[in-house]
Amino acid sequence: MFSPDNIFTTTIDKAVRWSRTQSMWPVTFGLACCAIEMMAAGSAKYDLARYGMEVFRASPRQADLMIVAGRVSQKMAPVLRQVYDQMAEPKWVIAMGACSSTGGMFNNYALVQGVDHIVPVDIYVPGCPPGPQSLMHGILTLHDKIMDGEINR
Amino acid sequence: MDDENKLRDDLELWATNSEEGGWNIASTDEGSQKMLEDESEKQIKIQTGSDVVDDYFYSEETTDDERMIVNMGPQHPSTHGVLRLQVELEGEVVRRVKPVIGYLHTGMEKTGEELAYFQGPTNTTRMDYLSPLFNELVFSLTTEKLLNIEVPERADSIRILMTELNRISSHLVALATGGMDIGALSMMIFGFRERELILNFFEKTTGLRMNHNYIRPGGVAADLPDNWQKDVKEILKVIPEKLKDYDEMLLDNPIWKGRLKNVGILTTEECLAYGITGPSLRASGFSWDLRKMQPYSGIENYEFEVPLLTDSDVFSRWRIKVLEIFESLKIVEQVMDTIPKGPYRIQDKKVTPPPRKRLDESMEALIHHFKIYTEGFKVPPGEAYVAVESPRGELGCYIVSDGTAKPYRMHIRGPSFCNLQALPVIMADSPIADAVAAIASLDPVIGDVDR
Repeated sequence: MFSPDNIFTTTIDKAVRWSRTQSMWPVTFGLACCAIEMMAAGSAKYDLARYGMEVFRASPRQADLMIVAGRVSQKMAPVLRQVYDQMAEPKWVIAMGACSSTGGMFNNYALVQGVDHIVPVDIYVPGCPPGPQSLMHGILTLHDKIMDGEINR
Repeated sequence: MDDENKLRDDLELWATNSEEGGWNIASTDEGSQKMLEDESEKQIKIQTGSDVVDDYFYSEETTDDERMIVNMGPQHPSTHGVLRLQVELEGEVVRRVKPVIGYLHTGMEKTGEELAYFQGPTNTTRMDYLSPLFNELVFSLTTEKLLNIEVPERADSIRILMTELNRISSHLVALATGGMDIGALSMMIFGFRERELILNFFEKTTGLRMNHNYIRPGGVAADLPDNWQKDVKEILKVIPEKLKDYDEMLLDNPIWKGRLKNVGILTTEECLAYGITGPSLRASGFSWDLRKMQPYSGIENYEFEVPLLTDSDVFSRWRIKVLEIFESLKIVEQVMDTIPKGPYRIQDKKVTPPPRKRLDESMEALIHHFKIYTEGFKVPPGEAYVAVESPRGELGCYIVSDGTAKPYRMHIRGPSFCNLQALPVIMADSPIADAVAAIASLDPVIGDVDR
């Protein structure tokens, strides 16, 4: 039966937040250079599996997190919004790299100047492209944000 | 088979016998291949592409009910970026494919007109993001051709060293993602693991893992770091060992072979008709490598061979990348042994900014520094085209200068863009399951396609 050692108490609030951080499945949204670094973060040396994130889901309906990795063109913008809308709540967005954060060095007719024009962004990861460590730092910052922030999304 | 041999004779191709799994290397040292020498009707047909069937009409027998149009992408894990394909299926067989591109259009050629020549590599390096150093190299070579300057020997050697290492890392990603697309997930892990080794060296040298902005008009941005030989020796030691692992895992693997052999055939005629270059062309038995045909940056001084396979299928397009890595390692080793001492960028005050230390000492240096970083150096009017052999094929840069410090027009001939148009030919009349293998074998980088 239950021994006292196996009982721990917590608030439902904390438990929900913890469970949200521990297996946050990203949707594959690789666009450009940053996608390669995202793949590098997922492979052997950096190993995103440590955070329960190695399963990049091809279907947005199974995903909690969208890592917008790369430059978003005007033509891609509606697609990105549709993928975001298809994701189930609660959902988070990381804008990875300078291009998806602000348009980066390409201030011209073709690019959306920051993906926050289309979807709400939780974490901006700077760099061109950000290395895998930068991306991981962004992810851990998102974990902190989930643990400390509002539980209702 | 006899027909094929006869065809190769017609085309004057030096294809050695194609024993399974063997090393099939033909020398291309024997001058140009004289493609238009004797104008036989057949050759002209091949060269103009009128021999290749690329119109896929509806057959009379099937009704519209039996055909289905499936949309693949733009957000699909196996399309190597944001490529969208409209696939017309009859049952499980692909009848027509229409690639839709432009989902990553960044307007880089237009941006290139806004940036001065010394800023140009910052822009071009982000085009083909798996082989950034080649993009920088081709832009710098074109600018240097317009300027009519020659870079120091050491700069040339560094360029060759870095680009050949880049070829290895790019091929490793191609093998990795190709393996992942087909289901060999270990290959994904392996390829990226070995790539890290080269990327670490790049980071040490250029300061960045990708998008280096290292090769610039007039030379390179910085000299190689101290003890760089140690890192390169490590690369030369580790990569061949790991490649043997790949061979053990995949070359004798009946599943891998059965999945890829005789899949996604792209014949020599089709390659020539569609302007396919790079490993895909060489895997179809046509020995064409710009490193031999139009040598750049003194690559003619190094001994290497151009691998050639003749099976024209997905397997040989995969296999030839492994063989090319070995050849690139040979070049890297020779560069390491023969690299001369000297300046790493041209000692021309109008083109090269002075070293930081000189700014405190010399008023003249300060003026040059200010002029270069505000206005940029002016380039004589004219136009130039230079091409290099990138990991994906002929990467060319065409610049029109109007005499100012910015290009009037900058165009890049991207190998991925030209290679991608062969996709309808490869995929037509093959099962839908082979589509992903075909895309992976062409190794398109959508950043290079859309720019």
